[in-house]
Amino acid sequence: MRNASSLLIVLAFLSVWEIGARLADQAFILPSPIQIAIKLWDLKEVLIINHLPVTLLTIIIGLAISIVSGTAIAVWMFANPSVRKALYPILIASQMIPVIALAPIFVLWFGYTIWSKVAVAVLITFFPITVNTFDGLASGKKETEELLLTMGATKKDIFLKYSMPTTLPHFFSGLKVAVTLSVIGAAIGEWLGAQAGLGYFSRRMMTQFDGAAVFAPIFVLTVVGIVLFVCVTSIEKRLVKWRNIN
Amino acid sequence: MLAFDNVTFGYGANDNILDQLSFTVRPGEFISIVGRSGSGKSTIFRLVTGLDEPSTGTIALDGHPNGQRLGKVGYMPQQDLLLPWRTVLENACLPLEIAGTKKMSAHEQVLPLLQEFGLAGTENNYPDELSGGMKQRVAFLRAVLSGNPLLLLDEPFSALDAITKLAMQEWLIERWEKRTATVLFITHDVEEALFLSDRVFMLRSKPVTSFEEIKVPLGRPRSRNDLHRPEILQLKEQLLRALREEVML
Repeated sequence: MRNASSLLIVLAFLSVWEIGARLADQAFILPSPIQIAIKLWDLKEVLIINHLPVTLLTIIIGLAISIVSGTAIAVWMFANPSVRKALYPILIASQMIPVIALAPIFVLWFGYTIWSKVAVAVLITFFPITVNTFDGLASGKKETEELLLTMGATKKDIFLKYSMPTTLPHFFSGLKVAVTLSVIGAAIGEWLGAQAGLGYFSRRMMTQFDGAAVFAPIFVLTVVGIVLFVCVTSIEKRLVKWRNIN
Repeated sequence: MLAFDNVTFGYGANDNILDQLSFTVRPGEFISIVGRSGSGKSTIFRLVTGLDEPSTGTIALDGHPNGQRLGKVGYMPQQDLLLPWRTVLENACLPLEIAGTKKMSAHEQVLPLLQEFGLAGTENNYPDELSGGMKQRVAFLRAVLSGNPLLLLDEPFSALDAITKLAMQEWLIERWEKRTATVLFITHDVEEALFLSDRVFMLRSKPVTSFEEIKVPLGRPRSRNDLHRPEILQLKEQLLRALREEVML
């Protein structure tokens, strides 16, 4: 099997955890993997039906906003050098802002609605998408663009037939980072103020000293992250199949 | 076919690369432009293709002075510049697509040519799967498919190994004789120029005011052995000496 060694390490880690947790015997602080699994099974309906859809919706709206606005701004910066000069440094500098620490302000602005969580998700996923897409657009070779010009290509031809396909792998690198971050963003957004969601549930269980119930939604969040990542990778493989040769 | 009339061009104000250059290319000719690097060969190509416009003077293509030239000259660059996400067939179709041909009919038009250009069976391969010589064949086919009778080839074989280069030269000549295209061929390989061309234009000092023009005294078809004739050897010596002088400067 391809991932046999990784699987082995995970199994070893879980075993050590299980043994350690049993020795410590304080399930409310350090539940064992088996206790978490049992809790997960007990809570499956609450987690999957009540809380997962809320978090998933936050993630998907956040990603959608980031993809649309991020690629739009990347294209704008690419098409217009003065826009690039003005925005690119700001974009880089904005990464120095501790975005997560800004999250409470969104609760002030948007209240406990879904939008305060979406805002956090957008703020941390926007950057990787924009910068990667822009770098991809900018990586086009002048020689190729000129060759297309000698064929009588218009600006639109060059963009559609050259710039866009050149950018696609870069865009997907950005999207893969963004997908992972979006799960974090949604969960953190929910910590600060929500009535439902996996992040909210996990935090509520913390106040009840139910260690296993803190971990159970985290497990679900992890699965969500992995599934999203695999989705993006498989779309990428289909669209960028020329990269899989050799 | 192509006429430069007193063409002056430079990127800076007092830094002309071409100065009052005039020359003509007749239909069906194979002409090589020889000169050391930086002598203005590529500038001439940029002007012919229409990527740059002359500061003064006129460039006439098919008798139309200073008309639109972009899209009217087939250009084969030094690097193949094939698009890695397109298969061989799709790469070759590119100029047809840009000209507005529907994908299906473009494919139909190109498939038989792949056969003729020695690319049969590779139509669904990506460029990264091809050898250097094969990639150059695709790039040449792409230039031919621009549908223009004037082809500009910019040191197309300079990145190939010596054996492949020889094979490609013969291959190119065969293709050219069959299609009666007009070819402008940039090279710094004197032997290559003599083997391929009807006339050789040599670029000397900068700014370029005129070419040193050499008519190659060989008929067609030619063979490699023709290059050993005394008059050709003498021409080769003469060209090499002239190029060396340039380097000394």
